[in-house]
Amino acid sequence: MHKPAWHIPPHRNPQLNARGELNHLLSIDGLPREILTHILDTASSFLEVSDRDVKKVPLLRGKSVFNLFFENSTRTRTTFEIAAKRLSADVINLDVGRSSTAKGETLLDTIDNLVAMHADMFVVRHAASGAPYLIAEHLHRIGRSDVHVVNAGDGRHAHPTQGLLDTYTIRHYKKDLTNLTVAVVGDILHSRVARSDIHALTTLGTGEVRAVGPQTLLPVAVEKMGVRVFHDLSEGLRDCDVIIMLRLQNERMNGALLPSAREYFDCYGLTPKTLALAKADAIVMHPGPMNRGVEIDSEVADGSQAVILPQVTFGIAVRMAVMSILAGN
Amino acid sequence: MRDELKDTRIHIRNGRLIDPKNGLDEMADVFIANARIAAIGEPPADFTAEWTLDASGLIVCPGFVDLSTRLASLEPELLAAVAGGVTAVACPPDTKPPLDEPGLVERLVSHSEALGLARVFPIGALTQQLAGEKLSEMVSLKRAGCIAFSQAKHPIFDTQILLRAMQYAANFDFAIRLRPQDHYLARDGVAHDGEVASRLGLAGIPVCAETVAIATALQLANETGVRLHLARLSSAAGVALVREARRNGLKVTCDVAIHYLHLSEMDIGYFDSQARFDPPLRSGSDRDALRAAAAEGLAAVCSDHTPVDEDGKLLPFAEALPGATALELLLPLTLKWAEEAGLPLLTALARITCDPAAILGIETGSLAVGRPADLCVFDPLEPWQVTTETLRSKGKNTPFMGYEMAGRVHATLVGGRVVYEI
Repeated sequence: MHKPAWHIPPHRNPQLNARGELNHLLSIDGLPREILTHILDTASSFLEVSDRDVKKVPLLRGKSVFNLFFENSTRTRTTFEIAAKRLSADVINLDVGRSSTAKGETLLDTIDNLVAMHADMFVVRHAASGAPYLIAEHLHRIGRSDVHVVNAGDGRHAHPTQGLLDTYTIRHYKKDLTNLTVAVVGDILHSRVARSDIHALTTLGTGEVRAVGPQTLLPVAVEKMGVRVFHDLSEGLRDCDVIIMLRLQNERMNGALLPSAREYFDCYGLTPKTLALAKADAIVMHPGPMNRGVEIDSEVADGSQAVILPQVTFGIAVRMAVMSILAGN
Repeated sequence: MRDELKDTRIHIRNGRLIDPKNGLDEMADVFIANARIAAIGEPPADFTAEWTLDASGLIVCPGFVDLSTRLASLEPELLAAVAGGVTAVACPPDTKPPLDEPGLVERLVSHSEALGLARVFPIGALTQQLAGEKLSEMVSLKRAGCIAFSQAKHPIFDTQILLRAMQYAANFDFAIRLRPQDHYLARDGVAHDGEVASRLGLAGIPVCAETVAIATALQLANETGVRLHLARLSSAAGVALVREARRNGLKVTCDVAIHYLHLSEMDIGYFDSQARFDPPLRSGSDRDALRAAAAEGLAAVCSDHTPVDEDGKLLPFAEALPGATALELLLPLTLKWAEEAGLPLLTALARITCDPAAILGIETGSLAVGRPADLCVFDPLEPWQVTTETLRSKGKNTPFMGYEMAGRVHATLVGGRVVYEI
């Protein structure tokens, strides 16, 4: 009698196909460096498309991209829509938050229906961490892995295109990442942007990545993600090349995570004074939308070191690159 | 159980008898008459078997006693129980409606007796509607068949009510079972507050949610003298508290569910909702501490059988229902643990036979002469694959789906009746 095989079968990386190519973009975590670099390099080539008179390339002509935003976000949805349209795709925006799922249809019922309408790509935002994985796994199960999923933000988990556009921005201004010190400041616990930034930066070999914030807003064991932890803003900003400020949601005051926005700004707000602790040529980033006077002072947000608007511009190019690569170009 | 079948005389021959309660592990025949064990080794005088089971190459042991089995639907789950060698199950009170009325308890007992499969021992609701506010009628519930009282997963917010509930139960020497988890510290959490939850962006349940609740329960048990059982420990720190309390003379018992001896937070992988458990799967070192607690006999082992339909698992991790189907995996997963930990079968099987029977205060879980003939005959090596077809439970939810398991039940007897046979 043979001895039963007790080993746990290896988890299939749900983002990659059998050839190791990108099939879905769900998280930066678990992606090899080469794929990240390829996306960033491709984005560079798309940057000039947006400067043309005719801002279109035909790479996704005839393809249907469905924006599935189970959680509202006009800004992110718009950037994906613009990116898809500049690739000549047909874009369908579904306000699923208020339609089908409100009637009791499950997430996967919705997906089945849209697959039947010949969707080629889903851009998904969902309040639950891992929801895009559920969709990708379902597509695999029904044999429709040719339909691609782009995670546009899931719960606290990941916002991979934001992580990519942030590293794109840093690369644009600072070229080589290996000698840089990057501080991610604020509510890292609830931030999918922070997680994706940290994974992108560590995967690309950034010199030092710092997580700066009060203990109530840092995840347990965050240092296991490869960051140095600082609870004091001044120490955390000292000699930084890049500062990424995170948005602070007002509801953080309700869960006893913070006493008030005023005290938060006092301790963790980026002001000209605290910014002066970083290197003189440090750049300031923010994923938007900003809470002026909560996490960032207007003088800094509008100052010469801020690259917050270029981030938005680069975001279009990065999202074009992601969709183009997923579509097999 | 049908009376005409109760006095079938059965001879189980050539098997390896393992009876942890009596420290037996030897080749011995078992003789059954009048629904009870009539003799071990040599037949009683004038014994003629009406039915003989050849257990050559097989192990004969007491039927497994499960401290927590959710019976979503009675017949398929009790069929799953006996197919897994489980002959007695304790049913937690969070049924719909909850077991806070004697009539509901009587109905559960009579329906399960009519099926004649595994024995069902209801656990009554400690408070009305499990709301944690008013005491249930424990004496009436006890008369109706409840063997202990618990809140299942429902909290008692008010510690004074918990104290009163324990005092009242102690007054009648009723046993109380608590799942130790502080409601506020665990609020919104869906996974162990550790490395994996941080990386996946899942809301965490810290270990202190368990230790705070255990500390409270132990203090109140000490105060009231109630017989306390702590159900589903998940952490090394929780185990340490119970061990220390017992060292100090408190008669507290505890259990761990079988999945926690094998899995950890790492098994969540890419948001696998089959690895969503309550309490959450914790770190590898927590798992090691739970294994040690079970090995030394501090903790009994249960299935915590929780059938969940497919829709309940095909959801984002945080929204998916926790729990796994486990009755049919209890034996193979116990054998796997024994093998990996280098434990004798006599020790490992004690955790799912005589130990839980002692906690429940029932007379099965042993093969001594005169005890009820509840037993299980199994092949410890025979492989079988976990598939939706091989599982008899309505619940197909298991992180071990598709795995090949070692340890297959060949026959199960309850009260001297063959209730399962392959």
